[in-house]
Amino acid sequence: MTTPANDILVRARGLTFKRGNRYIFNNIDLDIQRGKITAIMGPSGTGKTTLLRLIGKQLKPHGGSIEIDGQALAKLSTRELYALRKRMGMLFQNGALLTDLNVYENVAFPLREHTRLPESIIRHLVLMKLQAVGLRGARDLSPSELSGGMARRVALARALVLDPMMMMYDEPFTGQDPISLGVLVRLIRSMNDALSLTSIIVSHDIQETSSIADYIYILSDGCVVGQGTPEQLKQTDSAWVKQFLNAESDGPVPFHFAAPDYRADLLGG
Amino acid sequence: MILDGLQSVGRTTLDVFSKFGRAHLFLLHTLAGVPSLFVRWRLVVSEVYSLGVLSLTIILVSGLFVGMVLGLQGYNTLVNFNATEMLGVVVSLSLLRELGPVLTALLFAGRAGSALTAEIGLMKATEQLSAMEMMAVNPYKRVIAPRFIGGLIAMPLLAGIFSAIGILGGHLVVVELLQVDAGAYWSQMQDTVELFDDIGNGMIKAAVFGVVVTWIAVFEGYDCIPTSEGVSRATTRTVVNASLATLGIDFILTALMFSDV
Repeated sequence: MTTPANDILVRARGLTFKRGNRYIFNNIDLDIQRGKITAIMGPSGTGKTTLLRLIGKQLKPHGGSIEIDGQALAKLSTRELYALRKRMGMLFQNGALLTDLNVYENVAFPLREHTRLPESIIRHLVLMKLQAVGLRGARDLSPSELSGGMARRVALARALVLDPMMMMYDEPFTGQDPISLGVLVRLIRSMNDALSLTSIIVSHDIQETSSIADYIYILSDGCVVGQGTPEQLKQTDSAWVKQFLNAESDGPVPFHFAAPDYRADLLGG
Repeated sequence: MILDGLQSVGRTTLDVFSKFGRAHLFLLHTLAGVPSLFVRWRLVVSEVYSLGVLSLTIILVSGLFVGMVLGLQGYNTLVNFNATEMLGVVVSLSLLRELGPVLTALLFAGRAGSALTAEIGLMKATEQLSAMEMMAVNPYKRVIAPRFIGGLIAMPLLAGIFSAIGILGGHLVVVELLQVDAGAYWSQMQDTVELFDDIGNGMIKAAVFGVVVTWIAVFEGYDCIPTSEGVSRATTRTVVNASLATLGIDFILTALMFSDV
């Protein structure tokens, strides 16, 4: 990638993270471009969600560094970290709405916590965000009355209510019916463009993600196995990337979990 | 074989110590979040409601019956010595010094403590706590501290109500049913019960139990493994650990407060 340094919002260098003795990330480099939608893809268990938690500093890496908007995460004090997090929105896999608050109060929550705006302005902001995700009419419902897709849209409105500079989406398309899926895909793209956001999507839904992503990283076994625009990745000759994009069940990522020889195993019992 | 045994003893000991350490760090974080409650006092009020007011039914019913049973059992013994006028003292001292705080703490652990653990555990399992952190809201300030202080306020109040309703329950049995003189019941109580020594120490006990039970409940919720099984285990641990801690601490407090040794 040949991008001027100030166009990069998130820069990871030599990022290493372990769980026990297993490397989730082994010395990887990542650049997230400002204003673009970058997708992080890979098979389940490759640490895609972990990457978002590292960017939000909910986890600390064992090695390497992450810089966001020129600030090194490792050097931030708690106060600075919280200030930075106010500029980051994150959409969790299941929405993570606060179950003791209704839809309206969920979206108003960050405003009430971080600002001293009068109630009339809070109402305007909340209704504008709910209108943007098409759920203004659902403001009085409680989270338990929402479908999965609606919950995610409310969570999206909540994540956007403080007008962040970047949005992180954790598996936004998983378990969605086709209509909600289409709605979400369009919302993510239009929000990114309309609000000049920088978006990071973590997903393994190839079709949907590559339809809106500007740049894609494919992770496997703790390494970046492929990267590029969706078109570039389609032309790639990497076996890993091909297997992943074409959803082949066997290839460099084996179908079988590591096991002793099948014949010996059967006869041995 | 012996090595395995030693290993498991070592592992368990380390686990217990590290959990103790985590619990104390957790308490420090929680206490650091307490000053922010001056702004969020509404959260504390709502916790006092859900932990205290909603526990009233079980506290009132249990208190009433414990008082009635005390009266009945006391009568059966004291009637042999023609000392039934002492029943007011027996019922009130048992309740104020021991049964009120201890039984309230046990009931509080079962009713409110388990609910606290399950609620916080589920908030963790459904990533609500993570979401708060990512919204730059400290969960210790927004979720843990209000519940901790709410429990602290609710517990002594409930213990007081338990003892009061128990004394009324005793009155119901002793005076109304067994026809002991009402004047004797109340005046003996008034003569014997000391404001600080009995009521005060009972309230101190209740406050200490309030701290311990609520601390265990919120910590177990926050520290649980974020799965259905993890939350259910944490809830069980809350009830068991909080009950055992209550009984253990009660012995120590009683020895300090009421023994003349």
